[in-house]
Amino acid sequence: MNEHQQTLFEFMRQQSDKLLMQTLQHIGLTFISLIIAVVIGLPLGIWITRRKSFSGIVLGIAGVLQTIPSIALLGFMIPLLGIGVKPAIVALLLYALLPIIRNTYTGITGVDAAVKEAAMAMGMNKWQVLFKVELLLAMPVILAGIRTATVINVGVATLASYIAAGGLGEFIFGGISLNNTNMILAGAIPAALLAILFDFLLSRLQYLNLKKLKTASATLPVLLVILASFYFIPSAYAGKLKAGFTPEFMGRQDGNLGLESKYGLKVHPIVISDAVMYKAAYEKQLDVISGYSTDGRLKAYNLIVLDDDKKIFPPYYAAPIVRDDALKRFPDLEKTLNLLSGKITDSIMSDLNYRTDYLHQTPEKVAGDFLKSRDLLKPPRNGSNRIVRIGSKIFGEQYILASMYTMLIKGYTDYDVSTKTGLGGTKICFDALNNNQIDLYPEYTGTGLLAILQAPSKTIDSLTADNNKTYNYVADEFEKKYGIKWLKPIGFNNAYALMMREKQAKQLHIKTISDLKRYLESNQ
Amino acid sequence: MIRVEQLSKHFGSIKAVDGISFEVADHEKLILLGTSGCGKTTTLKMINRLIEPTSGGIFIDGKNIYDQSPEILRRGIGYVLQNNGLFPHYTVAENIAIVPQLLKWDSKRIEKRIVELIEKLHLSKDQLKAYPNELSGGQQQRVGLARALVADPPVLLMDEPFGALDNVTRSKIHAEFKALDELKRKTVIMVTHDVQEAFELGDRICLMDKGKIVQIGTPAELLFKPTNHFVESFLKEQRLQLEFKAVRIKDIWSLLPHTKKVGSADLHADISVWSGMESFKSQQLDHLNIKHENETRSVGFEQLVTAFYKYQNSRANE
Repeated sequence: MNEHQQTLFEFMRQQSDKLLMQTLQHIGLTFISLIIAVVIGLPLGIWITRRKSFSGIVLGIAGVLQTIPSIALLGFMIPLLGIGVKPAIVALLLYALLPIIRNTYTGITGVDAAVKEAAMAMGMNKWQVLFKVELLLAMPVILAGIRTATVINVGVATLASYIAAGGLGEFIFGGISLNNTNMILAGAIPAALLAILFDFLLSRLQYLNLKKLKTASATLPVLLVILASFYFIPSAYAGKLKAGFTPEFMGRQDGNLGLESKYGLKVHPIVISDAVMYKAAYEKQLDVISGYSTDGRLKAYNLIVLDDDKKIFPPYYAAPIVRDDALKRFPDLEKTLNLLSGKITDSIMSDLNYRTDYLHQTPEKVAGDFLKSRDLLKPPRNGSNRIVRIGSKIFGEQYILASMYTMLIKGYTDYDVSTKTGLGGTKICFDALNNNQIDLYPEYTGTGLLAILQAPSKTIDSLTADNNKTYNYVADEFEKKYGIKWLKPIGFNNAYALMMREKQAKQLHIKTISDLKRYLESNQ
Repeated sequence: MIRVEQLSKHFGSIKAVDGISFEVADHEKLILLGTSGCGKTTTLKMINRLIEPTSGGIFIDGKNIYDQSPEILRRGIGYVLQNNGLFPHYTVAENIAIVPQLLKWDSKRIEKRIVELIEKLHLSKDQLKAYPNELSGGQQQRVGLARALVADPPVLLMDEPFGALDNVTRSKIHAEFKALDELKRKTVIMVTHDVQEAFELGDRICLMDKGKIVQIGTPAELLFKPTNHFVESFLKEQRLQLEFKAVRIKDIWSLLPHTKKVGSADLHADISVWSGMESFKSQQLDHLNIKHENETRSVGFEQLVTAFYKYQNSRANE
């Protein structure tokens, strides 16, 4: 335990620059969106106390916005606002609206009718009644709404890193992808502390007596603006080409770290979710992105893979990995899963991915069509003889593979299948397998080597060149450490790659990563 | 003078106030009396335009109140509410200062006026910095009264002002209310459902039912010359006590013993028999000197009560 804490502390100290920047960005994002939400929500809340017939509609819409899953909301924003700060702020402010509007409305309608009547009867006009009586008396309730909105925003702002808006989510999601607990905690602990801190400070404000509240409500806007300005301090992205990498790629030895150490490439990338990165490259928001060599969007968006001339990206051959105890329980399982081995090459996988990612066919249809074309599809036997639990990570290729395995098991055995698809990144998926929540999922040799086993660099150096060596090493280690078996590889190699738009790469004569480095340095 | 002409207020199909007309003379205290839902509060709130009428007109000193903005109108009319309606986030002093500040008085004038008023209303200076919730119900109602009186408006509207108080506090405030010289210069319209209160405080009473005026007149007129059965039955239960309040000592002067007295008078014969009886109790004397026109008589408690019953019998035989 002691040792563990020390390493976390060391990680945080080592990464203190990044940590500080992410924290400031996080605070900034939270409060910029909060200010805008107050500026919109407060007048709207007041307005619906005057036009009660609209209160249902306004509160209803704000309520529906609240129920949209955060990632989906961020997704909706991209076509409208691109990537980066703008969509993140808009999404955050939409979440913050409901508590602010609702509490403003409740606060003002809750003011004693006799007090309002007295204010009017004394000869106050409607603005005086609003500012001198209603708003001041409703202030504790309104502040409670702002407090709720702040805590929500601190939480949702972690997701801003998905669309390259920064914040502590970079560590959290990077850490989940990389199976790096210290990294997750380095993001999660400050985020939690921020939420607790702001909640505490705002609660103090809420319970101030009415007299002090008058001065407090005057200083609050100033304070909010100062906190919001944090976001603008760190944003020193520059350079000829704009690069965007996934959080996973950012922290990996066979990712950005390798690019820096082996190639000496420094592109100052922004962190962005895989879900939006390709589109952003296509729309010229980004020029260089990280990606997977079998990704269907390569074809869809006219992107080309830069040649890895110094071989830093190890092989990522896909194979199903299965718990040993599951193989015992389901004797027919191994040979059924191996039906697929060697059947899918890089180009076939690219094409299958293209069908789901770009043609928007369902993974089930793509999987079924492929199996049919290879004469592997058999009608389900509808067996109910125990259930095999299949997992997958949260991207198209894994969905397709999971579907194929489901169909094969149902067609060739009497087992039933339950799928738990979309288990986030490597860490979530592997933990589910290791903790017996699922029986199998498709994994990649490189991921097993680097993210899960976190093999020492010496071992990596001795293996990276050779696919078979890597597979054998990973299979042995998994069996020893976890009691998990690597079945035969499926055939394709979904390795990491750097990509650019084809047209731009040709114009700049960039074919390899070394070319890219030369181009960047010649211009700097 | 306040003149109300053919005033109506309809809420949908309900006629809350249905074409009523009446006048209130300067410095008169008119009580709007009736059961809940009779339209008395709606009538009151139309006078300071908290409620806009469906039809009809209201004139104060001959001026149509709809010719000026409601804010300006209201700053010239004091208003006291049942639940006092004090601002919980303002101190007592700030509460009282609301109207003068709206009228842009300078702070010295406001302060002077507040000090003057709170003495008259038996509040202490220490309470000026307190918040309303730190005061008792009676004190809160006094602050409410001070707030209505501070700018010395000629007209005062009161909506069940003493309704939320307990009986002991209420009768104490009634007595203070009657004695307050500030109020003697004011035209007051007060809403109440309490018949005793109406008889005690009103110069005239306007009895309302279902949005209409049933009878308007002095307490004695309502009691002894009711226009219909409704008025009679409305007053029936508390009739004896009301008569003590409706009959003034000067009305029974001829029935009192002729024991002439020289010297200062304790009471004036203008007051009601009820008030006279209360004076005996509060001053704990056998005899009081009562003055009527140029004559002062020494009267005992029993003698006063006997004279009242004689008067009552003579009226019954009329």
